[in-house]
Amino acid sequence: MRGLSRRVPAEIARLNPGTGIVPASPDFGLRRWHRWVYVENSPSAGNVQRLRDFLEIVVLSVSVSLAATAVAATIGLPLGAALAIFPFPGRRSIVVLINAFLGLPPVVVGLILYLALSRSGPLGFLGLLFTPAAMVIAQTILAIPIISALVHRASERAWARYGDELICDGASRLQAIPQILLIVRAELLTAVLAGFGRTVSEVGAVILVGGNIRGLTRTMTTTIALQTSQGDLSLALALGAVLVGISISISATVFALAGQARTAGSDET
Amino acid sequence: MRAVRSILTIVAAIVAIDSGSAAEQSIILASTTSVESSGLLASILPQFTARTGIAVNVVAQGTGKALDTARRGDADLLLVHDPEAEQQFMDEGHGLTRRQIAWNDFIIVGPSADPAHVRGGSDSIAGLKAIASAKAPFVSRGDKSGTNAAELRLWKIAGQAPDALGKEKWYRDVGGGMGQALNAASAMDAYTLSDRGTWLSFNNKGSLIIAVEGDPRLINRYDVIELNPQKHAGAKLATSKVFADWLVSSEGQQAIGAYQLNGQKLFNPSAGSPK
Repeated sequence: MRGLSRRVPAEIARLNPGTGIVPASPDFGLRRWHRWVYVENSPSAGNVQRLRDFLEIVVLSVSVSLAATAVAATIGLPLGAALAIFPFPGRRSIVVLINAFLGLPPVVVGLILYLALSRSGPLGFLGLLFTPAAMVIAQTILAIPIISALVHRASERAWARYGDELICDGASRLQAIPQILLIVRAELLTAVLAGFGRTVSEVGAVILVGGNIRGLTRTMTTTIALQTSQGDLSLALALGAVLVGISISISATVFALAGQARTAGSDET
Repeated sequence: MRAVRSILTIVAAIVAIDSGSAAEQSIILASTTSVESSGLLASILPQFTARTGIAVNVVAQGTGKALDTARRGDADLLLVHDPEAEQQFMDEGHGLTRRQIAWNDFIIVGPSADPAHVRGGSDSIAGLKAIASAKAPFVSRGDKSGTNAAELRLWKIAGQAPDALGKEKWYRDVGGGMGQALNAASAMDAYTLSDRGTWLSFNNKGSLIIAVEGDPRLINRYDVIELNPQKHAGAKLATSKVFADWLVSSEGQQAIGAYQLNGQKLFNPSAGSPK
């Protein structure tokens, strides 16, 4: 947390034009960060406000994307495994469709969802347009194909290798789903992380259904778009760096946890 | 010690997030990019929310898109700046009241090299004619915003039809917000029409300077429009009325007039005597 506080707040001053204590300079804000840490680092009202704005954006971004990834994983994991295990007519077409949806343009998802959630649209009665919930739905739709396609690919291999054994052991195909997911658990991690990466980095859908409302639906990516449009390129770049940093640290944490779990698992056996 | 203070700051901020986001009532205000990106709303909304407990969620779009958002029923209130499009909106029966809250002005900005020799002028029509005859690059918003509509009206007076302009190589329609158009103008050494608020708060000016200003035709009016309950029963009209009334009240007008950026007043309150 200390590292975060050192790097960001002076830049945040420029989230709100008018509070402007910082002159524009092409050093990507390093000098200003330094100045903030050593000169202006007191919990004054202004600093708290700027830090609050920034934290709000980061917390909202990450929680919306985590929620969407969780929902998408709940649907995508069993779906991917089931597609590998159950033979049924049309299975091939569904797999092709899911793989095609890997490249689903976020802005199209955003537009369709916008029209559906609009008060004059079929789901308008829910009152979800321009809320974080709408952003979760949009990102879930984007993450499901990635998660289920990756899980399907891994499960297909595992099923070809262990399927007969599982069935011989008396498991039904339905019971085999969790078994297969357990076998491919290393790939599940990649699938879920890929899903999270897709959701946290996307801007086209959330800006349409969220509306980029300050303090309510403004995420890191929509802030970057907004700051770029206001000519604050250095702040946009700094936020971009934070976004990449968050992705890297989440990935590192998950892999570290998975490593621990593996070690613990081998101790048991 | 620095670490301790940093942690204290973060804790204070998190507490502030928790306590600050729990407003009981909220409305969606469809508005233009210029009132948001100039910082006006960020300056006056906290005063209104502190007084009434009503949170105003701003969806900043061009005026054309904002009006469409309200037509579909996805906004509770409008704050926009395109008199002709607003009149049409009222004629269609979507609006209930339309009140002017403030005005400022448009300016023509351009590269300091000034290939069309319009710098220092105060006649916008003469300026546009000179830009057209010099075939100097001109960036258009092309997004049906209030600024885009004002730009096309001025071109018409200058004898250029919008359709014909679209075919000219020097006329570049970027289809984006004011900041995007200024970014493009700065990158292409082009002229463009901007509202003064966005221009003053814009941080990537490059070699751009104000070329033409002070023409009465460049006046830019901002209106608040309440929606018609017969067409928009689902909107939060009573709560919206509180905010609309506050904007034209002496307290709201004072808040608008008090907003400054780098010592410059950006909006002139005008509810009492509409321009």
